[in-house]
Amino acid sequence: MSASAIADAHPAARALARRHRLRWWEPLPWVLAVAFYFLFPNYLGFGTELMVTILFALSLDLALGYAGIVTLGHAAFFGAGAYTVGILAYNGIWSEPITSLALAAGAAALIGLLSGLVLLRTTGLTLLMLTLCTMALLEETANLAHDYTGGFDGLPSLPIPPIFGIFEFDPLYSSTQYLYVLTVLFVCFVFVRTLVYSPFGHSLTGIRENTLRMHAVGAPVRTRLVACYTISAAIAGIAGGCWAQANAYVNLSTLGLDRAATVLIILVLGGYGRLYGAFVGAVAYMTLEHFLSRAYPSAWQLGLGLLLVLIALFARGGILGLWDALSLRFHGKRAQP
Amino acid sequence: MEPPMILGIDVVSMLLGGLAAGMVLFIVSVGLSVTMGLMGFVNLAHGGFAMLGGYVVVLVMRTFGIDFYFALLIGFIVIAGVSVAFERLLYSRLYRASELDQVLFTIGLVFIFIASVTVLIGPENQPLFLPSALRGQLNLGFIEYRTYSLFLIAVGIAIVLGLWFGFERTRIGAQIRAAVDNRRMAESLGINIGRLFTLTFAFGSGMAALGGGLGAEFLGLDPQYPLKYLVYFLIVVAVGGLGRVTGVFLAAALIGILDFVLKKYLPQGGTLFIYALTILLLLWRPQGFFGRAA
Repeated sequence: MSASAIADAHPAARALARRHRLRWWEPLPWVLAVAFYFLFPNYLGFGTELMVTILFALSLDLALGYAGIVTLGHAAFFGAGAYTVGILAYNGIWSEPITSLALAAGAAALIGLLSGLVLLRTTGLTLLMLTLCTMALLEETANLAHDYTGGFDGLPSLPIPPIFGIFEFDPLYSSTQYLYVLTVLFVCFVFVRTLVYSPFGHSLTGIRENTLRMHAVGAPVRTRLVACYTISAAIAGIAGGCWAQANAYVNLSTLGLDRAATVLIILVLGGYGRLYGAFVGAVAYMTLEHFLSRAYPSAWQLGLGLLLVLIALFARGGILGLWDALSLRFHGKRAQP
Repeated sequence: MEPPMILGIDVVSMLLGGLAAGMVLFIVSVGLSVTMGLMGFVNLAHGGFAMLGGYVVVLVMRTFGIDFYFALLIGFIVIAGVSVAFERLLYSRLYRASELDQVLFTIGLVFIFIASVTVLIGPENQPLFLPSALRGQLNLGFIEYRTYSLFLIAVGIAIVLGLWFGFERTRIGAQIRAAVDNRRMAESLGINIGRLFTLTFAFGSGMAALGGGLGAEFLGLDPQYPLKYLVYFLIVVAVGGLGRVTGVFLAAALIGILDFVLKKYLPQGGTLFIYALTILLLLWRPQGFFGRAA
């Protein structure tokens, strides 16, 4: 009652109160994702990979885009989740898919919490180095602990039982995997969307924009950052767990610098700190990669490099940032910020 | 299997081997340390300049039959010249940008370097043939050791002495130190910061090229070089401290020796220790082991 009275009173207050409302185009990605299921039944394997990548990029967006934690080691949590699912299933300890994902999230969150508690005391280059080294440490550990992780070869043919005991994972035809990962992505997205528009989310944005001022107004900066990092790690762990279940194997590629750099590129390509940057970036990157990287690997790498240089120099908001700039030009000041 | 015996000779030979590798790490990384310290620029493409330098050295030797030493000089000059263009046209636009933009930009550069080298020269490893004077063993009286390793150690020590002198005893060195410590103050004293940046960047990239050429014999030279050794170069800089020549020298020597010893006695988990030690060190002293607190 009183909130709506304030919203009526001032245009700025109204704009603030409306920020979290659902916009008309927001159901669009989900409609497209369901349409993809019916239109391209032969590409569902690719679609599953795409959904996992979107989820992973979304987790990075929470840490990087909202809280401004520049990390080069986010694959550490993806790998932690993937190996949790992999080791439990391979040794026949636990393989029920949905609870496995919860365990993957828990394991990744634990690593995120422990590393975040010490790492997030630093900033800048030191933080970059520490995230990079932590990931390298985990990768090397996974490589060495051959008896548990399968070392370089990884853990093949994981036995993943049907979801709810009904829907079976078919290794050749990925329809179950696709719908499963899509559902997981939807649930996580609703959670992240709620989170970033909550007071907690706004305080993260505040820390990103001006850490000193947030300290000055009495916000518990370190606690917020660690909490955000842990949540982000848990979601990355879920993405990794989905990856392991959908592919029915785990290997060292889940922990490498390649994966960490790729997800960073995807997020920046789409536009970070915007929720939907993960979607746009993943679709653009994965589609291009799918059609170019095998046929023309060098041209793909060259193009990717040029694209990164151009984004860093001219288009810091990524694809969505360009879109905003264009719509601002056409609609004047009425466009959404 | 009996435990390995550590004799005096063994210790010396391990120290020398590790030191030789450390010198290459030092020569490549010192430019990175100074440019990061001076400009605050996270330059992940530094290893790319080292790789390009290595390629220039190898190709010049192969195509024109120029000897190794002269080829190193050409590599230094060519890459220093090329990097001036990069610095003026591209890097300088991003000095005030966020770290994330700098990281993305330099990763993009690395990809461009890798793809160009793969297309123009080929994905295979390029062997470097040392001149006959540097091959074989050298008798030091109490021990015989690889001549090339001893040559690398001598070059590394000569370079650190030269750089130390340049940094501590020349006008331009004083200007660089002033700019590292307090850029605004240095600027208001009339030091031309832009020119200083360009010079330092060119010199640092030239040193990287020199290191790329000197290290090609045992690090190899293929298009993946900048990514393969990126973490090592960064660790050396992070441990040594930003903008600290002697710090980077000590860090590189330490890591070279540690890596050599660990590879010998713990061939499986050697790198694990280096990562773990780096993390602990950075948590204890975020400015690096030899760096000064900000």
